[in-house]
Amino acid sequence: MNKRAIDIWVGFFVAIGVAALFFLALKVGNLLNFKEERNGYELMVKFDNIGNLKPRAPVKSAGVVVGRVEKIRLDPQTFQASVRIHLENQYQFPRDTIATIFTSGLLGEQFVGLEAGGDTEMLKDEQEIKKAQSAIQIEKLISQFMFNQAQSGASAGAGNAGNTNPSAGVKP
Amino acid sequence: MNAILNWFAGIGVTTRGAIARLGFATRFLVAVVKASGTTFLRPRLLIRELYHAGVLSLVIVLMSGLFVGMVLALQGYETLVRFGATEAMGVLVALSLVRELGPVVAGLLFASRAGSAITAEIGLMKTTEQLAAMEVMAVNPIARVVAPRFWAGVISLPFLAALFSTLGIYGGYLVAVKLIGIDGGAFWGQMQAAVDWRYDVMNGVIKSIVFAFAVSLIAVFEGYDATPTAEGVSAATTRTVVTSALAILTIDFVLTVFMFRGSVNG
Amino acid sequence: MPTRIDKIPAMSSSPTPDGVARSENAGDGSPMIELSEVAFGYTKARQILSGVTLSVPKGKLVAVMGGSGCGKTTILRLLCGQHAATSGRVKVSGKNIDEMSRDELFSHRRRLGMLFQFGALFTDMTVFENVAFPIREHTDLPEPVLHDLVLMKLNAVGLRGAAHLKPSELSGGMARRVALARTIALDPELVLYDEPFAGLDPISLSIVGQLIRKLNDALGMTSILVTHDIMESLKIVDYIYFIADGKVVAHGDVESIRRSTDPFVKQFVNGEPDGPVRFHYPAKPLAEAFSGASA
Repeated sequence: MNKRAIDIWVGFFVAIGVAALFFLALKVGNLLNFKEERNGYELMVKFDNIGNLKPRAPVKSAGVVVGRVEKIRLDPQTFQASVRIHLENQYQFPRDTIATIFTSGLLGEQFVGLEAGGDTEMLKDEQEIKKAQSAIQIEKLISQFMFNQAQSGASAGAGNAGNTNPSAGVKP
Repeated sequence: MNAILNWFAGIGVTTRGAIARLGFATRFLVAVVKASGTTFLRPRLLIRELYHAGVLSLVIVLMSGLFVGMVLALQGYETLVRFGATEAMGVLVALSLVRELGPVVAGLLFASRAGSAITAEIGLMKTTEQLAAMEVMAVNPIARVVAPRFWAGVISLPFLAALFSTLGIYGGYLVAVKLIGIDGGAFWGQMQAAVDWRYDVMNGVIKSIVFAFAVSLIAVFEGYDATPTAEGVSAATTRTVVTSALAILTIDFVLTVFMFRGSVNG
Repeated sequence: MPTRIDKIPAMSSSPTPDGVARSENAGDGSPMIELSEVAFGYTKARQILSGVTLSVPKGKLVAVMGGSGCGKTTILRLLCGQHAATSGRVKVSGKNIDEMSRDELFSHRRRLGMLFQFGALFTDMTVFENVAFPIREHTDLPEPVLHDLVLMKLNAVGLRGAAHLKPSELSGGMARRVALARTIALDPELVLYDEPFAGLDPISLSIVGQLIRKLNDALGMTSILVTHDIMESLKIVDYIYFIADGKVVAHGDVESIRRSTDPFVKQFVNGEPDGPVRFHYPAKPLAEAFSGASA
């Protein structure tokens, strides 16, 4: 094997190696979209409870991914979760947009849904979405349901000696 | 009673030996890095080793990648079709390959194809006194022989892992779209929506770089440390493959814990 | 420097019975190498050398002989600084090797050539590249000069035509000659030969032997030859040291060795199977070793 052939082969190897890295980053990892995302703007939303929302979760409007959750922290004054979301520039939302935390499927991942309102003025970078609806926590739903069941059971059996403590199974 | 004590003593001796070897390997790594200046000043040495470690591993890595991707798609289809989620095939194939299979399987293949060859070559040079001859000629064999092979391994493996993943995804595409008939747009679209370049792709590349350092160090160390006999070299070659495989899988577990812990992708 | 090489006389097809005529004008007689009371052992329990004293004058070709495993190769390792003596002094041109700094040891090795037992040619390079290796590593000669220099070295060992071959394509004798060319590539002042005759057929053996002598004289080198091949050594060397049990047991020039009545030397020169060097490895008397006798 002469030197030139080795040079050519090694050059070829490195070239296809770099090409593979680019393929993974661009075609598979969607680096180009990520760049567009960087050119977007950021909004703040405050939720009472975010459930299992994680950074990098999608932000969807009418089911279309329009951005991602950037950062989540607890507001020390209001004890609310302060969520920072990043939206792409091509998607502008009215000021009275409602942000809700949804769960895909019954136990699936959580995402932020944006429901556009009718305001003519659009939200600007670093502004806050005022209307927010917290995550529906399945545990809360279940305990509420149990509480109701227990209460209705207790009122039904009121004639019997008070063998049921209404608050027994429920801790707020 | 005595048998139990002997058993513990045996474990103690083995552990002490293992720790001592780890110490030697670390010192060896320092020596290799110190001697690396020569390697980068003389790219010709490095290119020759890149040819042996990288180019000659291409065929096995590309073929394996293609077939692993195709099998992934076939098996994935079996499972996904039950949940009516066959569009997620692209996600399944791409994430499995980019995060895990690419770096790990390419690393294992590299260890058995190139790592064992490096060990055997250095061990044989030691056996035939070629390394001693260099030393007597006032040429540092670590700079001249070991460092180029080490760096060639470190450079080659990340490329090979990326090629493995790429071919694997292409293989998955062939089976999912061309053979089974899943919609091509859904295949790529779902994949692109789910795979994050920084989070998934970069972490996979980082994994492959860590594996590259581990396997290359093991290969050159075992060769340099081999007992200079025919048996010694063959034992060292075996050790390279076994130790590399164990190292890759252990490091992979640790890295995965740190990189992907408790994350859910959108 | 390179011009000296062409003074080497062409290989004569019919060597004189006594090998090659020895040069009378080699060196000024001052010792190039001095070992005094050198002891060495890889472990404390097994001493390989225990008090070796010998000296090699400049320009001479000296053989160090002894049975297999008596520590001859160890002496060479001490001389190139691969090992340090446990006690005693190893001096090269008046400098103690143990006291050399890293740089001094480096420059010492650059002035030294060593021929390894089986040549130790680099198997991944051609013959040409093997000989060019030390020159490339230590000098910045332009390619045409280097090319000519390498061919001259190869010509000196008669293998200019084999420059493009790989070491695996060479016979044992040719490989040894290529290794010899590589050893002298940088015109060393001191050349160490470790068993240069091992595994060679009689013709190759005498070719290599004569080359060693001619190169020594033509290049004004000092050479130490570690071997157990007494017949070839007697033909070419100036002086012989015999080593047994880690000590020098006899020494002298070729004539005195031939005439020596020392039982060890006689056994060695005549190749007798039993003598001061025992045929049997130390063991209990045979009668005791047999199980029947002890019962």
